[in-house]
Order: sequence, then structure tokens, then C-alpha cells
Amino acid sequence: MIGVLNPAGPVGAGEKLILYDSVALMLAIVIPTMVCTLVFAWWYRASNTRAKYLPEWSYSGRLELLVWSIPALVVLFLGGIAWEGSHDLDPAAPLPAQSKPLQVQVVSLDWKWLFIYPQQQVASVNRLVIPAGVPIHFELTSATVMNSFFVPQLGSQIYTMAGMDTELNLLADRPGDYGGLSAQFSGDGFSDMRFIVSAVPQAQFDAWISAAHGSPPLDAAAYSALAADHASTQTATFGAVIGNLFHDIVGMRALASAPAPGGQGS
Amino acid sequence: MGKLTWSAIPFDQPLPMTASAIMLLGIATVLIWALVKGHIPYLWREWITSVDHKRIGVMYCMLALVMLVRGFVDALMMRSQLALATGGAAGYLPPDHYDQIFSAHGTIMIFFVAMTFMVGLMNFVVPLQLGIRDVAFPTLNSVSFWLTASGVLLVNVSLVIGEFARTGWLAYPPLSELQFSPGVGVDYYLWALQISGVGTLLSGINLATTILKMHAPGMTYTRMPIFCWTALASNLLIVAAFPILTATFAMLLLDRYLGFHFFTNELGGNPMMYVNLIWAWGHPEVYILALPAFGIFSEVISTFAGKPLFGYRSMVAATMAICLLSFLVWLHHFFTMGAGADVNGFFGIMTMIIAVPTGVKIFNWLFTLYGGRIRFTVPLLWSLAFMLTFVIGGMTGVLMAVPPADFVLHNSVFLVAHFHNVVIGGVLFGAFAGYTYWFPKAFGFTLNETWGKAAFWCWVIGFYVAFMPLYALGLLGMTRRMQHSVEPSWTPLLHLAAVGALIILAGIICQIVQLVISIRSRESLRDVTGDPWDGRTLEWATPSPPPLFNFAVLPNVSGEEAYWGVKQRAIREQRLADEPKYVPIEMPLNSPTGFVTAFFTTVTGFALIWHIWWQVAFGLLGAFATFVVFAWRDRVEHEISVDDVARIDRERRRVRTEALANLGAAAREVASRVPPA
Repeated sequence: MIGVLNPAGPVGAGEKLILYDSVALMLAIVIPTMVCTLVFAWWYRASNTRAKYLPEWSYSGRLELLVWSIPALVVLFLGGIAWEGSHDLDPAAPLPAQSKPLQVQVVSLDWKWLFIYPQQQVASVNRLVIPAGVPIHFELTSATVMNSFFVPQLGSQIYTMAGMDTELNLLADRPGDYGGLSAQFSGDGFSDMRFIVSAVPQAQFDAWISAAHGSPPLDAAAYSALAADHASTQTATFGAVIGNLFHDIVGMRALASAPAPGGQGS
Repeated sequence: MGKLTWSAIPFDQPLPMTASAIMLLGIATVLIWALVKGHIPYLWREWITSVDHKRIGVMYCMLALVMLVRGFVDALMMRSQLALATGGAAGYLPPDHYDQIFSAHGTIMIFFVAMTFMVGLMNFVVPLQLGIRDVAFPTLNSVSFWLTASGVLLVNVSLVIGEFARTGWLAYPPLSELQFSPGVGVDYYLWALQISGVGTLLSGINLATTILKMHAPGMTYTRMPIFCWTALASNLLIVAAFPILTATFAMLLLDRYLGFHFFTNELGGNPMMYVNLIWAWGHPEVYILALPAFGIFSEVISTFAGKPLFGYRSMVAATMAICLLSFLVWLHHFFTMGAGADVNGFFGIMTMIIAVPTGVKIFNWLFTLYGGRIRFTVPLLWSLAFMLTFVIGGMTGVLMAVPPADFVLHNSVFLVAHFHNVVIGGVLFGAFAGYTYWFPKAFGFTLNETWGKAAFWCWVIGFYVAFMPLYALGLLGMTRRMQHSVEPSWTPLLHLAAVGALIILAGIICQIVQLVISIRSRESLRDVTGDPWDGRTLEWATPSPPPLFNFAVLPNVSGEEAYWGVKQRAIREQRLADEPKYVPIEMPLNSPTGFVTAFFTTVTGFALIWHIWWQVAFGLLGAFATFVVFAWRDRVEHEISVDDVARIDRERRRVRTEALANLGAAAREVASRVPPA
């Protein structure tokens, strides 16, 4: 099963737990309320001669206290969950892990995703290959309208916005292919703005990086062609990337023409 | 003619052409029928130029019902497209068309159905409940209505000439900026909502002033019916929030028309500022819609349980608390912007706090039912379905107020299910309850119960079948506004949701049948007494339909539930109060100002959309001239003679006296069943 109830990483798992806890807490109030509604409505039906009619009864101090304190107490608990959860699962907060995070820069284009690996100096389109068990630190922006980067099985989504960069930390704790998509409507090609996250063992990831170095470079011309091609939803890899491409996109600066010399490997 | 050419009309697209042909045919048929039958002078005199709050309220509600059908057709197209376009299939609506449909659906349902319906009901009911003869500014009221109609007209014109926005119902930039949406669609959206937004703001000022300044003698704040309180809160929110909407749209318009850079990607523009501003209006807007609906449920539940509302003061406090808090929660619409843990945590908690007064309301309705003698009429059924449905929608809403939960549910169809759960289950059910409840007051006969119940069951079952699958789909990772999907596990749920939409369609058909049958058998459904439900508030003290002046003599209010007290005394004493001394009544003159103004705003709006600058000048000049003519008018009021007042009121007293005998018998029966205290 896909989706947010089958998480493949600690962020998604944490969010699923919060989801379940919050629903359970609220159901403890919601179910009795629904039952009472049905029972009261049925028992006090006009045709029931055994029900006691209280035509004037409209105030009770004790009940008033109760009806204000029940929701207040629930909110007290839930507010705690919300505050703690916001901090524990803050998208910008680094994940506790042994290994150093892998840096990935994400750019949303019309209508595709560009993933840049700045340490490895490679890039790929619509396919994000990551080592399983290694935390990934994303920096995200958009070269076009707003989108939202979302891999339901890994957890937290975050907006990509032109001229701004956001941060996100995710981790896939087991190998597998996980579907990703844009969760913010961005125009006609939006529905096809899907990508695959392939979480692979470290060795396989290293092999993929080496192979990627053999791909054509992502220079200014290649980037312009990629950004202008609105129809394509194909995957692609690039073997070298303009040194500061991501930050040039965020800063909306004209791109340098040549890629930075050589990849540094991993 | 500016940008307007023949190519603006999509002759090559059968769907919009057929739809618009049917609509034009419908309008033409009605117009020709009215012309041939000679109804035009009557319509002009009694409805189009009317400044009577009751007539205007009825027209608002009729407009909302018509637009409900239009918005629902959009919904059917969306659900059928998504049911067909699964597993990679393309479906029958290409993205450029599909994107217009969901944008139009949201815009129409919020602004021209929910909003219009609620404003209509408030217009009709509030002056009657307050025991007064009209709103504070009757002609302005007519202007408000016709400006709303002007916006409606522009949105529907976009079906035939040009296109509608393809940006979603809130038109987030930069997508809605000229660079990414160069067509006229966004301009249709913006000008339609600017014009109707002014209408809404004027209506808000009008009703807030009415409730704050005009009361029958003795109708103090703490004796106002709860619906008036919720209407007050709602209209205060309109006054505070709608200027934000107008200003935000004005900035986007400056970007699009004059090359400004408020919200563009480049040159210092900031799209997220728009997102903040639009939700600073948008979240209060949710409560502008929900609060009057809460008021309707309060009135309906109290009436049909045969008891005063439980915890009236608590309800007032809860209403006003929601009114204030609604301005402090807007950021929960974009937790995923990356604002940081403290900001997200704060707005998450604020959002939950607003659930406290809402929860209090649910419990108070529950205790209003407790100890009641409940009559299962159609309005009460809607109210019970609301109580059961709204708690689910409230729960999923509070769930998404927890930021980490929102990180995985934001913009998913889970969210779509949530807001339909509260807007259909809360606002629309409320509108239907109010429609059935006050229909006899407006027209003098009740609506057919059998068809009303059929409509009720279809709507409620259809709602659950259509939207519960969306909760599941959201958890499966389906995001909103998709035009097609590839995930095979989503297919059965998408099919089920489409079946739900068809069941709702059956509900709407039942409602149309109900209306037609009720009109045809109106003599047998006649409400003779003016008090068909054994009501407790002042509107039920008037005949059905109420006379132009509502009350021959303004009622003297001596407690909560103004009419209930008077009625109980009359039953006890088996006589009405003594006949009052009648005096002539001054009522405002009808005025075509609203209609003419709206004609010119429509002309101006259309010209602005298509850049026809001479026509813009003509429209603005016309609107200004209309204002000048109105401002320089000599006569503002006409007098209803004392004989007419006395004749109308004596007839009311006659039928009430006849009804007293029956009520007396009923009351004695009640007394026999209540054990002595």
C-alpha cells in the first residue's frame, strides 16, 4: 500500500503516530457526542409518551462548566501534541542519524523536477536516487510558479517558491521506490509532475553517481532547454552541473555558461 | 473592441457551447414567457426595483439556488472526469478545460451559493426577528443584491466569451500573474469578485448597522434571537475582512494591468504576501458562512424540540469568541511554507482554540434536544444530520491544525473532503434547513414534506458516499486538482465518489420536484396562521407572507423569546392583547438604482476584462450618473394609510384568534403531561 499510512522513514512514521494519537483523542469525544445526538433525538421524539418533557429547561451552571471544559481539555492535550510535534518534526531540523546528510537541491520546473547533487556535481530529472538509511538534506526552490515537493511515504511536504529557498530533511530507512508528486497546483501539466524516489543501498548509490558522471553536462544551454520543454515528463541525468546553479536560480541571476570543472565523486 | 474578437467564443468546443446554449435558451424562455404573459411590469415594480428586505432576501436565495445547480454541474463534470481518467487514461476534459471547471466550482460555490444564500436568509429574517420594518439602508440593500448579480453574470459570461481562471478558486500568484496566465480568465475572476465583493461589503455594513442600531422597543442585546447574534458576528466579520480581499485583488489587478510587482516572482514581488493576505480574508470568510448557519440550527432545534435554546448566553459568548479568533488562525492554510516550528505551533494552537467555542455550541444543541418534544420535520432532520456530520468535519479540521499532520495532508483530497464536510455538512445543510423553515413565512405555504425528506436522504447519503472515499484517497497520497491519475489503488474509490455525486444529483432533483409540487398544491399547504411551526421568535408573529411594513405596531419585547411569551399569555388568557391604536406608516420608495448601477458595473467589468477602454469610461460615467440621480431625489418615502394598516392587521388578529382555541387545547394537553413541579 502506498500513502502516508505506510511510511518508509522516521519523518513519515512520526507523522503517522501523531495522526493516530490525535484522531484517537478526538474520537473519545466525538463518538459519545454522536451517540448522544442520536439517543436524545430518538428518546425525546414527540410520540414517546415515556420521555419527560422539560419545556422551560435551558440553563444549568454545572453543565455549562462541563461543556466549556471538555473541549478545552481536549485542546490542551492536542495543543501539546501540536507544539511538540511542530518542533520535533520541523522540516528544517536535522534528523538524528549517525551518517552525514546527503545534500540535494530541488528545483521545480514546468512541469518536472530537477534534482541537483552539489557534492557529487550530478543532476537528474524526475528521478531522485538516494542511499537508504542516510539522512537527506534538501534545499528547494522553484524556477516557475509555486509547487509543493511531496513524497507521501517519506513524510513532510514543503513548498518550492521562486526567489526563495526552503529546507527539508527526510530519510528512507529501507530500499524501495517511492512515488513523489507536486502537491500544489501549478498549471496544465500539474497532474504529470510525478517523480520516483529510488532508495538504494550505499554501494548501488555510489555506482549510480559514477555512471551519472558519464551523462551530458547541465550547462546554461541544457538548463534553458530543460526549463523550456514543458511537455516532457521523461527522466534524465546530467554528469556535471554549473557550479552555483541552484543559488543562481534562487537569486534569479543569469546563468554562467559552463559547468563547474569535474565532479568530486562521493 | 480591445482584446475582444470572434475567436473568444469557443465554437470548436461542444461542451461549453452546449452548456451556454442551454443557459441562454433558459433565460430567453423565462424572459419571453414573462413578456408574453405581461409579467414584466409586475416584476419591475415588485421585485427588480424593490427595496423591501424580504423581497431582496428571497431574490438572494433564488440566485443562490440557481448557482447551486451551475456549481453542481461543475462538480459532476469533475467527479466523472476523475472516475474516467484513472490508470493513465486521459478522460474527456483536457487540463485547460478541467482547470477552469474546478476554479469556477470553488468560486461559485463559496461566493455565489454559500455566501449569497446566507446573506439572503439574513436579509429576510433579521429585521423580522428584531421586530422592525426594514434594514438601515433599504436602497443600499438593493444595490448590494444587484452587484452580487452583476458578479454572477460576469462569471457565467466567461463560459461563452473567453475563458475562466485556470488557477484554483483563490488564484494564487505567481500562477495568476500575467506571465503565467496571460488570458482573460483571471480577469473575469478578479472583476466578478471585485464587483460582488463591494456588494457583500455594503450588505455587511447594512446588516451590522441594522442589528446594532435598530430594535423593537425592549429588544435589548440579551433578548435578541440567537440568529441575530450570529448574523451580527457574521456581518462584523464581513466589514472587517472583505476590504482585505478587495485590496488584495486590487494589488493583483495592478500587477496584471499596470505592470506592478506586488506578487510577481521578479523585481521584488512576493507571492507569499498574497497567500497571507488572501487567507487573512479567507479564514474569517469560513466563519462568515458558518456562523449564520449555526444561528439557523439554533432556531430550528429550539423550535422543533419545543424548548428554549440551552445556554443562550454561552452561545452568544461562543459566537463572539469565534468572531474574534477567526482572525488569528490564517497561517494554518500554509504550514508547509516552511515558516518554522514556533510560528506553526502558535497557529496550530490558535486553530484548536477556535474549536472550543464550536464544541460548546454542539453540546448546547445536544442539551436543547434533551428534555424536548421533538418533531421530526425536514428542517430538524437537516439540523440532526448537521450535528452528526459537522463533528466529523470538525475533527478532521482540528487534525490538520496539528502542523506535522498537515505536512502529509496539506493540499490532499483529504483536505478537500474536510472542507466539503464542513461547508456542505455545516453551511449548506444550514441553508437548506433555513430554506425549508422560513419558506412558509416568505410565500404563505409550506414545502412538501415527502419530497423534502427524499431530498434530505439523498443529500446526506450522497454526501457520505462522495466524500468519505476522498478522506481515504488523501491518506493514499492523492493530491487535489489532479486532472487524471495513474495509481491503480485509487480507481475504485474514485468510482465510489462519482456514485456519491450521482446520489446528490438525485437529491437536487428531489428539491426541484419538491418546489414545483409545493407550488402546484399550495392551497393544501397554506399557512393560514403565520405560525406554522409553533415558533418562538418575532417573525412568526407576522402573517405569511408578512405585509410590506412587517409589523403594524412595533412589538413591545419583555423577555427572551419575544413571541413565545406573548403567545403563551394569549393562550392562558384565551385572548389576544387589546387592539393597538394604528397610525400611518412611512416606507421607503422602490428604486431602480440598484438594478441600473449593476447594469453599469457589468458593462464596466466586461470592458475592463477585454480592455475596451471607451466602454470602461461609459460604464463608470453611467454608474456615477445613477448615483447622482439617486442622491438628488426629492421623494424618499411613501405613506401607507391608517386604513390599510388597520385592515391588514385586523385580518391577522382574526386568524390568530381563531387559532387560539386550537392552541389552547394543545397547551392544556401539554400541561397534563408535565408533572407538577
